[in-house]
Amino acid sequence: MLHAFAILLCLQLAGEAAVRALGSPVPGPVIGLALLFLWLVARIPIPHTTHETADGILKHLSLLFVPAGVGVVQQLPLLGAEGWKLLGIILVSITLSLAATAVTFAAIAKLMKIDGGAPEGERR
Amino acid sequence: MIDFVDLWVYLSGSPLLWLTVTLVAYLAADAISTGCGRHPLANPVLLSVVFISIVLVLSKTAFPSYFAGAQFIHFLLGPATVALAVPLYRHLPEVKRMFVPMIVALVVGSIISITSAVLLAKWLGLSKLAMLALAPKSATAAIAMGVAEKVQGDPALTAVVVIMTGISGAIVVTPLMNALRLRNYAARGFAAGLVSHGIGTARAFQVNPLAGTFAGIALGLNGVLTAILVPLLLPWLLD
Repeated sequence: MLHAFAILLCLQLAGEAAVRALGSPVPGPVIGLALLFLWLVARIPIPHTTHETADGILKHLSLLFVPAGVGVVQQLPLLGAEGWKLLGIILVSITLSLAATAVTFAAIAKLMKIDGGAPEGERR
Repeated sequence: MIDFVDLWVYLSGSPLLWLTVTLVAYLAADAISTGCGRHPLANPVLLSVVFISIVLVLSKTAFPSYFAGAQFIHFLLGPATVALAVPLYRHLPEVKRMFVPMIVALVVGSIISITSAVLLAKWLGLSKLAMLALAPKSATAAIAMGVAEKVQGDPALTAVVVIMTGISGAIVVTPLMNALRLRNYAARGFAAGLVSHGIGTARAFQVNPLAGTFAGIALGLNGVLTAILVPLLLPWLLD
């Protein structure tokens, strides 16, 4: 568990350093994600607890957004009179883009005869 | 008897109190969400935020003192993002098979997400700052704020819009996909992550691990694509 956590932090640190050095718009943790992915693909030995630790953090990913969410509530007066219009626009825009993304994905997968990954067929 | 006010002054000054409140509020919210069969409206992020905000208002606590404790949880977003590589690697065969549908859906979804928000805002006569905050709303907060800064928007307003987009998308996605009768969980998860970044990804992991994996990929890819597309599309959209 500690080894796994150290690996996650080291890769995030490497990602942050790369972002500073290269001035890339991609955040450091995303570079860290890519590095860990390459590590796994290259089959370089990694402490076996890495998998469990990653699953453990991701299981409660929702928790990690709570402080930012509370911050947003504090900032709501910033929206002023435009608040309700903004919420309305967000709701319409996300409905359109969620539907367009999923329908496009599923339609092309069907066209290419790729199986849809229904819950019965899932691997853990 | 201990003087309650002294105790409060002591506790509210240390990070322990707000760290504990955040964790306990989340556990309560998660228990309610599980009790409601993971009903989309019982979103654990939304419920926790409501609980904590009520406590902060009642105790007249300013956000900086709250964040002094909550920052330890907020900090974990970084390692959690790195950890997304593990399910991605585990589901690599599915990801490879779905590569073409994924890339086409990414481009379609990203363009619709940016243009629909900006055009609606223009139509309703919103301020330019609001339009600039709406354009990168589906990117993860760090990227969206960077993009907003680049196009002379307001990063704080953008962060508010990004989190609102995340929570709304996490609530809307399941009923919408059911209404569309979409059973492809890779497609459902991918849409959730593309539109609602990390909060949509958290929702997808609640529903199904494959959906969560594709949501994580979409979160990364759309973050990058939004950073490229917004500066390109904005002059044309605001014209």
